[in-house]
Amino acid sequence: MSEGLHELFSASAARHSGAVAVRDPGRGTEVSYQELDRLSERVRQTLERAGVRPGDRVGLCLPKSIASVAGILGTLKAGATYVPVDPDGPAARAAYVFRDCAVTALLADASRIGALAAQLEAGGPSPALLPLTVDDAEHGLGGLDGGGDERPGAVGVELDATAYILYTSGSTGRPKGVVLSHRNALSFLAWCSAAFEPRSGDVFSSHAPFHFDLSILDLFLSLKHGAAVVLVGEEVAKNPKGMVELALAERVSIWYSTPSVLTLMVLHGAPEAWRELSLRLVLFAGEVFPVKHLRRLRALTPRARLFNLYGPTETNVCTFHEIPEEVPAERVEPYPIGAVCAHLEGLVVDEAGRGVATGEEGELVIRGPGVMKGYWNLPERSAQAFLGSGSDRWYRTGDVVRADADGILTYVGRRDRMVKRRGYRIELGEIEATLYNHPEITEVAVVAVSDEDGVTIRAHYCTPDGERLSLIALRTFCARHLPVYMVPDEFQLETDLPRTSTDKLDHRALVERA
Amino acid sequence: MTREQIEADIRSYILEEFLPGEDAANLQRDTPLISSGVLDSLATLKLVSFLEESFRVELAAHEVGEHNLDSIARMGEFITARSG
Repeated sequence: MSEGLHELFSASAARHSGAVAVRDPGRGTEVSYQELDRLSERVRQTLERAGVRPGDRVGLCLPKSIASVAGILGTLKAGATYVPVDPDGPAARAAYVFRDCAVTALLADASRIGALAAQLEAGGPSPALLPLTVDDAEHGLGGLDGGGDERPGAVGVELDATAYILYTSGSTGRPKGVVLSHRNALSFLAWCSAAFEPRSGDVFSSHAPFHFDLSILDLFLSLKHGAAVVLVGEEVAKNPKGMVELALAERVSIWYSTPSVLTLMVLHGAPEAWRELSLRLVLFAGEVFPVKHLRRLRALTPRARLFNLYGPTETNVCTFHEIPEEVPAERVEPYPIGAVCAHLEGLVVDEAGRGVATGEEGELVIRGPGVMKGYWNLPERSAQAFLGSGSDRWYRTGDVVRADADGILTYVGRRDRMVKRRGYRIELGEIEATLYNHPEITEVAVVAVSDEDGVTIRAHYCTPDGERLSLIALRTFCARHLPVYMVPDEFQLETDLPRTSTDKLDHRALVERA
Repeated sequence: MTREQIEADIRSYILEEFLPGEDAANLQRDTPLISSGVLDSLATLKLVSFLEESFRVELAAHEVGEHNLDSIARMGEFITARSG
């Protein structure tokens, strides 16, 4: 008996076969549930013919499109694990990810697959390469050879089988793969269903890229409930006014994105357009929402319910807080991250792992069926991520919080050197490791500074002759090795870097230097 | 406005807004800005707003991209064609 994530989709496909499942306004295309079922069957059969077996990994490097949705569903139907990467990111990083988890097959944009294949060749056996051109006929899937038999035949999976691996920034300078099971996703979606009561008439936005955990809600919650999901393509995602227009034209009822994106939409979208939106739910997660912008959003969406969601990729959403109907003019402090979701348990602990008293600061730890299996191929890192073991295993979020008497949690800050910006997790150490490879940089330290407008990343560097480096050249160098969201906003030339008494770099002192 | 004036305005905006402290000589007409990572998506958004407000043009979603915005020269060409 199959109980996998894709079964949610298959059940909806049976009930709502003629309803629209996915719309891609950027390409002017859409598919019904029945059609998407057929396309994902073709992907499954193509993958199986290419040698993919249950439990294998399948890499996805595709622009957001109906083809990429079919790729995800087809991979799951084959009993395999999908591993999505940023299609616009550096090829070297994508190749690292695919090599690290040893993908058996790779579904990639035809224009990018050559560069990826060249990078992959160096690292041992090459995966089966399945190039797609998403703008072509049949949503770009016309060229796949599934063998012609497109009757449903999804593979049954165990609940603890891995559904997807999402790579996040790693402090050692290498991304690490967060391994998530069907059980993890299903328990999260069951909570979402109870909390948000989606209906088949809902229209979800899909703003987050598929390598980002926000996409799990967009994609699978909509498909679970027979609703439509509207893809916000990479191009429109760069145009906040266009996103408000898209939400209006597509009658989006459930919007989910980072606060950064909503802030830009509030600042640049036409107020008349905002007032006509059909939004009934606005969800945001991934970083702190500065109150001055949240206040404007609240005023522009008087009929919608607004929720602040919180959680690392390792747990997906683990706490939530509803924003009241009015954000008082005098409020400056951000809203709480809220109460722990019903399918999980949370504790606030001290350095020794003991619970702290109400109102005291401590690290938030989480247990339950939504918590990841571990990091791919990193047993030590996986063990360090948890407090305790076996069934008494709590995931350490690394986030410092404070609970009030009702268990409502307020976010205080990070324990380590990871920051979140625009919803992305960034290990400052990974940026430092990259900049150390720059031929003209002798020493470098990267710090993050938060103010009411968000997080700024600043690199302090030294050069052999004390010459300032070109900002254009530095950013170009960084973007060749890092995703764009990790490129520092500011670069500051230093004659020397401050040290602590134990001769470690004094990041705190650097934060004060501006 | 001539194309030279348009490009000069765009250039000083980019230097001031996104490249404080940069040697102006490093920002050429053909310096790649988006494909190179010099401007991230947020900077691109600000740039689009600047272009729309300064030159009284509207950019449709499909026009916001490297093909029109990757260098000062491309922006100059696009704006000139649009306002001409």
